Amino acid sequence: MGKKNLISITDFSKEEIIHITELAAEFEANPYQPLLEGRVIASLFFEPSTRTRLSFESAINRLGARVIGFSDTANTSVSKGETFHDTITTISNYCDMIVMRHSLEGAPRYASEISKVPVVNAGDGANQHPSQTLLDLYSIKKTQGGLDGINIMMIGDLKYGRTVHSLLQALSHFNTKFTFVAPPELQLPDEYKLFLKEKGLPFEEKREIDEAINQADIVYMTRVQRERFTDPMEYERVKNVYVLRNSMLEGTKPNMRILHPLPRVNEIATDVDSNPKAYYFNQTENGVYTRMAIISYLLGVKK
Amino acid sequence: MTTTDKRMEVRAIENGTVIDHIPSDSLFKIIKILKLDTDTHRMTFGTNLESKRMGSKAIIKINDRYCQQEEINRLALIAPMAVVNIIKNYEVVEKRKITVPEHIEGFVRCSNPKCITNNEPMTTSFDVINSDEIALKCHYCEKITYQKQMELIK
Repeated sequence: MGKKNLISITDFSKEEIIHITELAAEFEANPYQPLLEGRVIASLFFEPSTRTRLSFESAINRLGARVIGFSDTANTSVSKGETFHDTITTISNYCDMIVMRHSLEGAPRYASEISKVPVVNAGDGANQHPSQTLLDLYSIKKTQGGLDGINIMMIGDLKYGRTVHSLLQALSHFNTKFTFVAPPELQLPDEYKLFLKEKGLPFEEKREIDEAINQADIVYMTRVQRERFTDPMEYERVKNVYVLRNSMLEGTKPNMRILHPLPRVNEIATDVDSNPKAYYFNQTENGVYTRMAIISYLLGVKK
Repeated sequence: MTTTDKRMEVRAIENGTVIDHIPSDSLFKIIKILKLDTDTHRMTFGTNLESKRMGSKAIIKINDRYCQQEEINRLALIAPMAVVNIIKNYEVVEKRKITVPEHIEGFVRCSNPKCITNNEPMTTSFDVINSDEIALKCHYCEKITYQKQMELIK
């Protein structure tokens, strides 16, 4: 059997995406399944991350495997100038799977070509973060009862937000209706609009959060970062336009849920947290089950 | 230069390949991507020649070497309007068409400075996604390099 990797969300077919969400539900119902007893998984974080790394390592531990690896490159041979190629070749001899994050885009794809064992991309720069996308999909499915025909409003940095781009690609399988809300500097890139047009999927673009929120099933918030703006005055002008407040949720649908890949800074006011429609902290729990599903599927211990 | 002279130029080799109608400013790029700078065949390069169609053009004549279709297709990235003549016994026996390849390995740099290919000793790899205005999608970082950003690897 050839080894299977997860580098980009487009590596998985629609059927595989659905399958992962089903496996995640199975792991949620029974989160302690030592399917990987005796195996070793390398967790290679060439760039620091708290949430994603701990979520993966928790998933690995719950599956009964052991973790080796590093959470930054300071104490590794990478700091001595070893090539990425040599680091991956060596480590792939020590383990059954590699989970990696890297600041350089395309590094996990290259690793998957070098490594003897499957590689899972835990984020490569502004490119891809497929496990986040799959946990977003699992969260949508869990809260909406399915993935078909969802009305989603995406708010904030739609230009650089990799989670937005990957989620959009994945949802394109499911007849989704999109509304995009972003400042002029952070609009969804043309290539993604073209992608939706080619798929025949409807979308609307807006500059502000308006009454369209009342039709949404999912509100997907992202952080508008100061460093993305060339003009600091422009940032000051728009920063409060993309803040979600509890008062905006009054007319929203009862099934509506708010998702956010986190970390949040100020784009969701804290008064939203106690609203039952706030789902972003449940989303992080779903991340562990989704990652258990991804790892066990790629290693072939769950069909 | 008269039409007769130009035909003379094309025919001036006995056997080999003549690449004509190259934009003058692309000559050195073509020498690079066809690796002619290390080739040992007898060759003639002409540039800033008069051309009715283009104003100014360059020409490459390679004796005793017949360029392969794969090599010719690389010209699509730089000089898609060039004409490739295969010469045998002083006659043009074939005009090879340049077709845009579906996939490109090496010789073009990814325009994304944060791409792994710009930070590791490795070969670049692209899918050609738009054959009208050529755009290359990096196999690694998935970013698109447009024709105007295209830079050859030295």
